[in-house]
Amino acid sequence: MDAPAHYFHWGFILISTANLIVIALMILVFAAAILVPYPSGKGKQR
Amino acid sequence: MSWTSSLQRKLSEGLPYDQLLPDEQPAYVHSYVYLFGVATIGSFVLLVVTGVILAAFGPQWWHGAAVGHFFNSLHFWAAQAFFFFMVVHLWTAFFQGAWRDGRGLTWVSGVVTFLVSIVTAFTGYVSQQNFDSQWIATQGKDAMNSVGVGAFFNVLNFGQMYGFHVFIMPVVVAGLMGVHLTLVRLRGVVRPYDLPGPSKRRVSEVA
Amino acid sequence: MMATKRAYYAGVRFAPYDLVKEFVFALAAVTVLVIVLAALLSSPDVPSLTIKTVATQTPQNYVQLELDSLDGNGDVAGYGPPYNHQSGSVQYIGPVSVQNLFGVHIPVNPARDYVLGPLEQTRRSDPALAAALQTFRTAPATTQSKWEAAYNSALLKAKQQGSKLTIPSCSCGPVTLMMSRLLALGQSGAMDGLLLTSRHFYQTDYTRPLLFMNYTDAMANKATKYNLLGSTWGVMNETGNYPGQAWLWLYTLLYQIPPYTTAWAANTDALAILTVTILSLLLLLLPWIPGLNRLPRIIPVYRLIWRHHYRTGGNG
Repeated sequence: MDAPAHYFHWGFILISTANLIVIALMILVFAAAILVPYPSGKGKQR
Repeated sequence: MSWTSSLQRKLSEGLPYDQLLPDEQPAYVHSYVYLFGVATIGSFVLLVVTGVILAAFGPQWWHGAAVGHFFNSLHFWAAQAFFFFMVVHLWTAFFQGAWRDGRGLTWVSGVVTFLVSIVTAFTGYVSQQNFDSQWIATQGKDAMNSVGVGAFFNVLNFGQMYGFHVFIMPVVVAGLMGVHLTLVRLRGVVRPYDLPGPSKRRVSEVA
Repeated sequence: MMATKRAYYAGVRFAPYDLVKEFVFALAAVTVLVIVLAALLSSPDVPSLTIKTVATQTPQNYVQLELDSLDGNGDVAGYGPPYNHQSGSVQYIGPVSVQNLFGVHIPVNPARDYVLGPLEQTRRSDPALAAALQTFRTAPATTQSKWEAAYNSALLKAKQQGSKLTIPSCSCGPVTLMMSRLLALGQSGAMDGLLLTSRHFYQTDYTRPLLFMNYTDAMANKATKYNLLGSTWGVMNETGNYPGQAWLWLYTLLYQIPPYTTAWAANTDALAILTVTILSLLLLLLPWIPGLNRLPRIIPVYRLIWRHHYRTGGNG
């Protein structure tokens, strides 16, 4: 893990694999949190 | 006029217990996206616990001892988790327009917490005492100096940065999170947007 | 429930919600996640550079920086506030330099702090050095400059073999001996301590050694190896294969694009910070910015988040 990282280079964008994974995971987790059905509970009228 | 009874009345009126810790929520609080705020708080608790242990044993321990390095790793990943969940929580609040209906200050306290957390992380990075700290400090100093901040916030001064990181900044972040949470509880979660169109269901109209 | 809040939630169905349980479960989940990540991936900890390493691995560069410190041609000597009254690294926002307004608060004098001071501290046990320092101090400034310039030329022709540096003979007066002693102090590790020393016993301030280290080739080379240079998004990168401060993406982005890299290059830091400050204020004041505060209404993500609510006509 301490070896120099691998980088992705698109035009002026340069990003390390680790940072890319973190950002991709953030988007994935956000999308999953929205899309995965939330278990329904019982409610009461107020 | 007793200052004490005046404060007591203000507190009991302004911060009622059942509001600070309600045991029910509007039924539309029905999505996993509502969990990112509490995940951020969980990460912060971990940061404080691992940070206290790191501070208790000191720099030689977190570099030299295997257990020390493990706690360094816990603190590192807790920081990553903290920002991860906080940013996704910010996205959630944005897409919900969570500042509506008198919740502007809640949004402001959240954004300020985010910005102050960035400074907190920075003071942590320069307090590590490794090559990363040397590099971030020497590079960061130009940015600080360019706007005059460097005159009194010297990122090359380990003692100053360490003090900021282990005491001043955590207290400020905790305080801001406290304000943010209190506002969230007092004002409640925002109602969903009304659906647009002619058959508009006014399910979330402000009464 | 307070009256205003009751009115706000009129007609809204409530359901039991266990906040305490939610917090405990979230804390447990994050704890497990962090323990697993720490156990599997450890954390970055590339050892710090020392002046000793710099002087041993790149003696020519080390001596060059010492000479630049003495003759006042170095980056630190010409930096400006908060270290001294020069202007080399002073930045402006339009006509105003906030950096200058705040003035010199952390005085650093490279000739004194990096050359003469450390040599003074070791002269007692070194009569030859004591004599050289005496010669240097009592010489007129023009003579000092002549020696320094001659040494500079000689240093450019120096031969570096490992940690050994051979400098062609020159009419450099006492400077030759002074520089050779500084190299020895550097390579022995003594310089790491000498640069740190203040009048106090305890030390916590690394301003002087870090400022010196800042401009060494060794520092730049190591940072380049890990892709930490500001011009290559380095601000958000980390040593090794670890995620860095990814939350600084917007700030470091500015260092990659015009006009920050072109017309504004001399003041990049100040202008990048100004830009990020303005953008942060926009984010902060989003609730009150017409148009922007309606963005989430236009982007229909909210329909997905609250789809259960909409599907059940507000009763779900």
